[in-house]
Amino acid sequence: MAKIAVRHLTKSYNGGRVVALQDISFEVQPYESLCILGPSGCGKTTLLRLVDCLISRDQGEVLLDGEPVTTPRPDVAVVFQHFGLFPWKNLEENISYGLALRGEARQEIAQRVERYIELVGLRGFEKSYPYQLSGGMQQRAGLARALAVNPSLLLMDEPFGSLDAQTRETLQEELSKILQQERKTMLFVTHSIDEAIYLGDRILLMTPRPGRIREILGVKIPRPRDISRVRSDPQSIQLRNYIWAQLKQHADNS
Amino acid sequence: MRTSTYSWGIRFLSLLVVLTAWEIYGRSVNPILFTYPTAIAAAFVELVSKGELQRFLMQSLEVFVYSFALAVVIGIPLGILLARSQTLSLALEPYLHAVYSTPTVAFIPLIVLWFGFRVPAKVVIVFLFMVFPILLNTQQGVKNLSQDLLEVARSFCSSERRLWLDLIIPSSLPFILAGVNLAIGRGLVGMVVAEFFTSVAGLGYMIVQYANSFETAKLFVPIVVLMALGVTLIGLIKVIERKVTPWQNREQGEI
Ligand SMILES: Nc1ncnc2c1ncn2[C@@H]1O[C@H](COP(=O)(O)OP(=O)(O)OP(=O)(O)O)[C@@H](O)[C@H]1O
Ligand SMILES: [Mg+2]
Repeated sequence: MAKIAVRHLTKSYNGGRVVALQDISFEVQPYESLCILGPSGCGKTTLLRLVDCLISRDQGEVLLDGEPVTTPRPDVAVVFQHFGLFPWKNLEENISYGLALRGEARQEIAQRVERYIELVGLRGFEKSYPYQLSGGMQQRAGLARALAVNPSLLLMDEPFGSLDAQTRETLQEELSKILQQERKTMLFVTHSIDEAIYLGDRILLMTPRPGRIREILGVKIPRPRDISRVRSDPQSIQLRNYIWAQLKQHADNS
Repeated sequence: MRTSTYSWGIRFLSLLVVLTAWEIYGRSVNPILFTYPTAIAAAFVELVSKGELQRFLMQSLEVFVYSFALAVVIGIPLGILLARSQTLSLALEPYLHAVYSTPTVAFIPLIVLWFGFRVPAKVVIVFLFMVFPILLNTQQGVKNLSQDLLEVARSFCSSERRLWLDLIIPSSLPFILAGVNLAIGRGLVGMVVAEFFTSVAGLGYMIVQYANSFETAKLFVPIVVLMALGVTLIGLIKVIERKVTPWQNREQGEI
């Protein structure tokens, strides 16, 4: 059974004047990672919101593990494009947010928080408030908060968008490792073609106005993957050129 | 450290110069029209030793404390209700805004007519001065909920109770405190004006009484006390603000 099944999903804003998504259908298998690529405004964030039922859809349906979603599920964690940290909680409290809501034991929370703070490289900032952190640090905190609840499905909205190239690579590798070890399914929105190729089992290309699926491409590079090796892999070079041409073609047309 | 010593030095020096100038000039003027710092200090000592100042101060504080408590207990919950219920806010907002926009002093004679000259009347007056900033700020604070954070809370399946604890209360707290701050300033004005009107008790009555008897040095004593009261209360709120909303303590330049 598919982990995510999206069928004929349509969503518009402003009483139908802005069609953000039109007739989107795709499936994601368990433990698969699907990367979503597309120009700004093509409806990627909208799609993620619909999958976790954070906004209402106009038409179509979303099934998680075969069941229609009607409300956000606790085993789905979202990394938001807007970070979404609570300004009045320090880093520790922000990262433990999901765990605290579940009523986990204090010790368990402390352990997991420490582990994920370490993982995203924020040791020493436990007591800092978001305003004391840089944009990239806040983004990593959002990532740690989502990972800490050990979700079966991760919805990530450009989670590495504000990071420098080195940090970005480190976190891509860490994430790839986590996906392997902890067996998670992931929807990952990005603007970076290389990132999509490295992290994705498949890549979903979107076109804007209205947001539609242009094409779904498979990435048949075996795992575990090594970043520099993936970058120079002939298949990945070919894929990158192809995707680039597709996106550029669309940009030229509009 | 150096800048802090420096700024305190400047403050002290400024105070010294102004007080000295006042002293020198004050002594040369008719004591009915004006006075000077040492005369005020002497009047202060006299009024305290007779217990008069304490008595009037306690009368004023009694009114102020009751009104403040009422304004908080009514203003904050009502503000929250208005923010959460559109029906209620549509129904009540016209009246609230009408009363808030009217200079509150205009209601005083009416309130005196209804409630008399004593504590209850003054509590109502000062309450009217204080409740609106608290109420309206609370409403605005609760309404200004970040949609992004609401989305985060929903995605983590927050319960309604936790939503209040994690999101609604902390996000409206700075607004509420700002409202309380405003209310204290307005409340002190209301208190003095109410005492002018009712003229039976309090620091305001003291002012009227000594103005009528041309004892200008004594007239200044309640004024100085009110000044100190205002500064203290506003400072207290600042301290509370810093304590309960530490995320707002961004680095700022010298005050
Ligand atoms: N709350 C909203 N109200 C009205 N229109 C919206 C809203 N959210 C998104 N839109 C519109 O829907 C379209 C898709 O927006 P969305 O945020 O999903 O794009 P995106 O692909 O995530 O873009 P980006 O890459 O810039 O994040 C845009 O045209 C946007 O203007
Ligand atoms: Mg987006």
